[in-house]
Amino acid sequence: MSTETLSSDVLPATGPRRVPRRSPEPIPFGRVLLVELQKMFDTRAGFWLMASIVIASVIATVVTVLLGDRDALSFDSFAAAVGSPMSILLPVAGVLAVTSEWSQRTALTTFTLVPSRPRVIGAKVIDVLAIGVVSMVLALGIGALGNVVTSLVTGNDAIWDISATSFAKIILANELGMLLGLALGLLFRSSPAAVVGYFVVNFVLPGISGALASSQQWWADHAGWFDLNQTRFLLFDSNLTGEQWTQLGVTTLIWIVVPFLVGLRLVLKTEIK
Amino acid sequence: MITVESLTKSYGGYTAVDHVSFTAAPGRVTGFLGPNGAGKSTTMRIMAGLTEPSSGSAHILGRRFAELPNPGREVGVLLDASAQHAGRTGREVLRINARLMGLPGSRVDEMLDAVGLTEEESLRRVRNYSLGMRQRLGIASALLGDPEVLILDEPANGLDPAGIRWMRDLLRGFADGGGTVLLSSHLLNEIEVVADDIVVIGLGRIVASGTKADLLASAETLVRADDLRGLHAALVGAGLASTPADGALLVSGDAGHIGRIAFAAGIAVTELRAADGARLEEMFLELTASTAREGNAA
Repeated sequence: MSTETLSSDVLPATGPRRVPRRSPEPIPFGRVLLVELQKMFDTRAGFWLMASIVIASVIATVVTVLLGDRDALSFDSFAAAVGSPMSILLPVAGVLAVTSEWSQRTALTTFTLVPSRPRVIGAKVIDVLAIGVVSMVLALGIGALGNVVTSLVTGNDAIWDISATSFAKIILANELGMLLGLALGLLFRSSPAAVVGYFVVNFVLPGISGALASSQQWWADHAGWFDLNQTRFLLFDSNLTGEQWTQLGVTTLIWIVVPFLVGLRLVLKTEIK
Repeated sequence: MITVESLTKSYGGYTAVDHVSFTAAPGRVTGFLGPNGAGKSTTMRIMAGLTEPSSGSAHILGRRFAELPNPGREVGVLLDASAQHAGRTGREVLRINARLMGLPGSRVDEMLDAVGLTEEESLRRVRNYSLGMRQRLGIASALLGDPEVLILDEPANGLDPAGIRWMRDLLRGFADGGGTVLLSSHLLNEIEVVADDIVVIGLGRIVASGTKADLLASAETLVRADDLRGLHAALVGAGLASTPADGALLVSGDAGHIGRIAFAAGIAVTELRAADGARLEEMFLELTASTAREGNAA
């Protein structure tokens, strides 16, 4: 190191030339909401997840028209055909909305730009729930289209057999799935772990529960108090009794509310690296 | 302006950051130097509100990070250039950050220009970025909100020599414009060239801090003469400590005094100047010797 270089570096700093600035306006919550929504779609994974949901819905409608017993087809058959791939895949979007921050380590940027973690998580929850409603309305729209097309093909009158209440229940069932995804995301904070966890809860546990019920009378009688899927799926196509609503509340508490709160606490406390 | 006061972070029985206090002043580049695992990154994460300190505080522009209403507009933070979503394009990364800070989209293009990422590169996904490009993207993101303070953890990592030069000029310009820069590095030369002030940390504790000039100042004078032996004798005779080094003498005393002694002894001096400053590396190794992993047997 020559003295020359040293002395030029050691020259006293020119001092602050910046004029004192006003403190910027706080970030409005609506902006956090929009940016978090954008973040769910603007990655390759996010884009294809959403695209695959739409593609699956369209395929389901086409397949129903082509292969279904056309004379027996009604609005309900289409809405079910469209809604089920959505209700299975959409919670994965809920999972990824949270876990990608950790798996992709974007949490580092997210929480330095918005230091309040409850605001960010709150925005994600609202966005995910909004997607849950919009997607079901979309499913209803695609189903209606299929229904109209079928009636044109068969010449029968289209059967519109979904009431507002049953649609509301379908939305509720879908939102519960979304919240389950979010809860698992908060709990695991890792995309692979949470996605596997979601599929285990949704597809493996019902099998185990079913097997248990066939061999054990007590479980067969009481599974509704513990098995979220059993109660949640009732929302799609039946009228729930008072007891079943209570069972839905209990299973939601066990499988969604508790994991959500535990996960939320972990996210608020954890060190972000 | 960054003020860190008695910052401490313990994990169980292990203290990663131990009563760290220092100030990074506006208009100056403060180098945060320390070996791996010394607590640099933990300190910076606490500053950015990502880690809760066990005790003590860190204030940026007089506030805790969490109290900043729109942090990106006041502090640019780059803690890890690799921490970006691999499936997002570089441009999209800047676009969402700009949107969050409430900045116009044109700011994204300005920043891409400022850090030297081309239009084509900005449309590539971050997965296909080199570490150097990620650093540039990270710097662009940190500068996006036209902040007054920059907190950068190892920003020179992965940059080629031209990139390192560019980064240095950029930080110099930012500080000269009145901004506060805190950058950490284990690359000693990098800090030595760009920093005005230096904070050295070892095993979670501040082992030295001050202006680079003070930390690197040498009290010794280098003197050369044809009659080196005679000069040495004269200097020692005058009570000065003199050590022969590479055809010259390193003497603890100021040049004027030494010149007069040589003159009195009738010895022609061929070179007389302040000895080269202690190299940062030596200082660094010396200061952290007791705390380094490679530490001596003691």
